[in-house]
Amino acid sequence: MDYNSISKNIRKKILKMKYESQEGHIGSALSCVDILNVLYFKILKIDPKDPLNEDRDRLVFSKGHAAAALYAVLSEKEFFEEKILDAYCKDGSKLAGHSTRGSVPGIEISAGSLGHGLPMASGMALAGKKDNKNYRVFVLMSDGEMDEGTTWESALFSAHHKLDNLTVIVDYNKWQAFGRTNEVLNLEPLAKKWESFGWSVKEINGHNFLEIENVLSIVPFEKVKPNVVIANTIKGKGVEFLEDKLESHYTHITKEDYEKSIR
Amino acid sequence: MRKAFVKTLIELAEKDDRVYLLTGDLGFHALEGFAEKFPERFLNCGVAEQNMMGVAAGLALSGKKPYVYSIVPFVTLRCLEQIRIDVCYHNLDVKIIGIGGGFSYGTLGSTHSVMEEMAILRTIPNMSVFSPADLLETEELFLKTYENKNPAYFRLSNIGQYEVYDKNPNLEIGKPNVVKDGADGVIVATGLMVSICLDIIKKIKNENNINLKLLSVHTVKPLDEKLLMEQISDFKKIFVIEEHSVIGGLGSIVAEVLADSGYGGILKRVGMDDEFLKEIGTADYLRAKHIVKKNGAIEDILNYFK
Repeated sequence: MDYNSISKNIRKKILKMKYESQEGHIGSALSCVDILNVLYFKILKIDPKDPLNEDRDRLVFSKGHAAAALYAVLSEKEFFEEKILDAYCKDGSKLAGHSTRGSVPGIEISAGSLGHGLPMASGMALAGKKDNKNYRVFVLMSDGEMDEGTTWESALFSAHHKLDNLTVIVDYNKWQAFGRTNEVLNLEPLAKKWESFGWSVKEINGHNFLEIENVLSIVPFEKVKPNVVIANTIKGKGVEFLEDKLESHYTHITKEDYEKSIR
Repeated sequence: MRKAFVKTLIELAEKDDRVYLLTGDLGFHALEGFAEKFPERFLNCGVAEQNMMGVAAGLALSGKKPYVYSIVPFVTLRCLEQIRIDVCYHNLDVKIIGIGGGFSYGTLGSTHSVMEEMAILRTIPNMSVFSPADLLETEELFLKTYENKNPAYFRLSNIGQYEVYDKNPNLEIGKPNVVKDGADGVIVATGLMVSICLDIIKKIKNENNINLKLLSVHTVKPLDEKLLMEQISDFKKIFVIEEHSVIGGLGSIVAEVLADSGYGGILKRVGMDDEFLKEIGTADYLRAKHIVKKNGAIEDILNYFK
């Protein structure tokens, strides 16, 4: 299957979960779909039948509030059956609004509070170096997580320890919970910040499959430096009435919108 | 206690290459032995405790056994959410070593003298909380917890040469240890208060012929409540003492267990009042002022049990 069809399937699954549960955080899930698609279908050395293999690549999903996107791509990659998604945010379910390790196969960490994924990923990357393992650790972070102090503590740490097996991907949709990132707490110049912390930085269009694939295929960008990919994305990508809108963080999908959007 | 910790950790690291030591840039003149022997497994993470705790969780998720060291405030409250989510929610094999428990760094003031952390940490699921009385308790609890794969916090004091036992007490996790038997009343203590109370009890025995029992609650959580009740509920009066806030610590724990059981006697809880230090001082000075009540302790305890 081609990237376009896979992303379409993932988005349909997300919308179904969101419609049936009437949960929010839709825009945050939609903006990282194409990145997850390329990661799971091209980049990550993983085996859905052996999800805890010691030598697997790790995808640390730090922006836990976009869990629906992770569940959708994991089901698309056949880590588990699609019908499990029906439990999303239902009473008595394990499929929470924030991704939780152990709830379904393939989830590396429990996330939800921002800024926890990168420090944990740094520990995994360091362990890989110490053990002379070849696995790589990827961390998908939201731009809101760039506000957290732990992100920059970890940026220092990972550069100091030369963790070139570690790659942060920033889903830079430029919206956070209360408004535009440059209005709430300006991150710019974001690439220069990472550079000055000793990371090797690349900037891409986070919806262009080839750009995503090309950049993630060449990590490490430089020897002995951790990598960061700033992926410019659109919040709510793929659903016209949600694209680039703050409301997509909170809105609940009506029946009419749902039927319109999955066409 | 710090020496006991480092010595034991070196022994463990010699036979187990999964053992890592992380510090938040503290432990000068203490951790060098480990750092020199195992430079690859010694990580000074800098003054960035939240990241350090997250890194420890990542190491544990990758099969390592990290021991995370700093002084109490910075390795507990500074990174509390990392302890709660990264370590405890994931239920990982991360051991947290807090040095300078209670008033150890009293001259440095309230930023460095944490009186609340046992109360806070014991409410987090999967977490165990240890408050050993002396070197031998520290060593034994260290070796016992090494065997398991769960989160644990150790509150260690580093000021004072206190010795409770002549020989290994053979502790079991969660089971309060009878340091001294007695028929006229019982004192329940934890940490350095155990040795201080042992001295007081000996004096009272010699001078007043009152024979008090003393318990060391080295494991604040998990606690064998049934055993604790067997050890104390026959006494009409119970005295609990700790170098910790009276809110939520050992006094509260004993009160909870007694209240649940329908105990009909009297409980006295002694600890730090609900306030920050208004003046600083050495650990001995502050203990005397806030906990043992200088020169009044023996009298207080005597009057209580009379």
